[in-house]
Amino acid sequence: MEALYLLVPLSVLIVFIAIWIFFRMSDSGQFDDMVGPALRILQDDDGNHPDQFDSGQ
Amino acid sequence: MIFTAPTSILTSIYYRFREEVVDPVFQYNYKVVKQFAIAAVIWGVVGMLVGVYIAAELAWPALNFDTAWLSYGRIRPLHTNAVIFAFGGCALFATSYYVVQRTCQARLFSDRLAAFTFWGWQAVIVAAAVTLPLGITRGKEYAELEWPIALLIAVVWIAYAVVFFGTLVKRKVPHIYVANWFFGGFILAVALLHVVNAAVIPVSLTKSYPLYAGVQDAMVQWWYGHNAVGFFLTAGFLGMMYYFIPKQAGRPVYSYRLSIVHFWALIFTYMWAGPHHLHYTALPDWTQSLGMVFSLILLAPSWGGMINGIMTLSGAWDKLRSDPILKFLIVSLSFYGMSTFEGPMMSIKTVNALSHYTDWTIGHVHSGALGWVGFITMGSIYYLIPRLSGKTEMWSVKMIDLHFWVATIGIVLYIAAMWIAGVMQGLMWRAVNPDGTLTYTFVEAVKATYPYYVIRFCGGLLYLSGMAMMAWNVFMTVRESRPANMRIATPVSVTPAA
Repeated sequence: MEALYLLVPLSVLIVFIAIWIFFRMSDSGQFDDMVGPALRILQDDDGNHPDQFDSGQ
Repeated sequence: MIFTAPTSILTSIYYRFREEVVDPVFQYNYKVVKQFAIAAVIWGVVGMLVGVYIAAELAWPALNFDTAWLSYGRIRPLHTNAVIFAFGGCALFATSYYVVQRTCQARLFSDRLAAFTFWGWQAVIVAAAVTLPLGITRGKEYAELEWPIALLIAVVWIAYAVVFFGTLVKRKVPHIYVANWFFGGFILAVALLHVVNAAVIPVSLTKSYPLYAGVQDAMVQWWYGHNAVGFFLTAGFLGMMYYFIPKQAGRPVYSYRLSIVHFWALIFTYMWAGPHHLHYTALPDWTQSLGMVFSLILLAPSWGGMINGIMTLSGAWDKLRSDPILKFLIVSLSFYGMSTFEGPMMSIKTVNALSHYTDWTIGHVHSGALGWVGFITMGSIYYLIPRLSGKTEMWSVKMIDLHFWVATIGIVLYIAAMWIAGVMQGLMWRAVNPDGTLTYTFVEAVKATYPYYVIRFCGGLLYLSGMAMMAWNVFMTVRESRPANMRIATPVSVTPAA
């Protein structure tokens, strides 16, 4: 099963890269606030409002 | 009244003027999002139409009219490519470009590169629609496109990664919202999978041979194939889920912490589920068992994510009664839960001994594809289209509701028919007489499947008609659209509740 000589190291490498990214992001404080980010996307008003468009079309 | 008239004229002049003077740098790039969203709807209709046609061919084989390019073997990959890469792919581009801009409060990294991803991806789709019926194929499931098209895919994908990660880098908000993690993981994983599986030796413009041979090639193919399911059809669409469900429900995701755990758990456990596609083949036994174990492990993060998404509505279940878009989004998660339970069960070798090569697999795939991928995409596009066209809602909200019910009934017919057909086929194939001979010939199983093929065709037809309603609704909504030039707001900050 020579294919595994490629796939196993590749997958192991990816896992280590993922661990590295995870710890880097964790150390930089990405995962410190586990409440605010969920609320922040709701504060971003992306809807169109009828009064915004009364341009007399 | 007499005073309001001049005011409204003034405001209208103000808005007209404002739209023109605002530098695009201060606005979101909605153009490419809208192009991809509309393309997804069009390709959805096309891909599902081809699907219904091949379903009809299975029930009534005469429908191929003895034409090579209409035969099942050639247009079945056309169906899978159209629904996965054209419908699903365009929807992923549209939603990821929208979500990354809104959550980072930044315009896309490069407008030109984004436009290139749109036209490049359309070129890939058109090339697929031409070459597959002509019989030009690499013969690998979900990786059929020949090497020149595969090269174009790689180039477009790199441009996509540059646009997406470039936007993340220039974000105005320090935190990276969880949906972006899913989109980012999907983009990187698909790039890697595509490059490894597309390693071929070309012999002409339309023919190439894989670098790997025999069972090695099969292993690489299903390492690719199942991870494509995991990253293209799961991680990317989970990115949609984590943005559009909270937005449409107007509530934060049930547990943000769980969503982060969900992402990393998927990343660390997904890569080795592939061998379950090769149970009882020349693949070494230990590799098959490894694939089975990893497939079973996947149940945990999948259900964690599903519960997290559904519980977002906790305390606001009444919204499901009145909001058809939310119905699409939440019901998609129940299908996600169903198919991520069914998948690990089918990967158990003893179960697989019955289910493998039967229509049960087709039923399983479609409960994921029609229910999860289809519904989450439709919900997200219904959310996006009015916002991209300067409207407050879709042309007809009632039609969204009708679409939902027609499509749901279609899925239930489809998967129930395929479950029954699959188990029946498996049992008929393995039945032996006391003297050791087979009880049924293969064609007897085919004949017994006929009524289920007809039911499946009806289910698919219902699902397609729902998609046609969506296309009409989208057309009527964007027909007189106003330019939606959304200004980028200054970043908001929220103090944590606890």
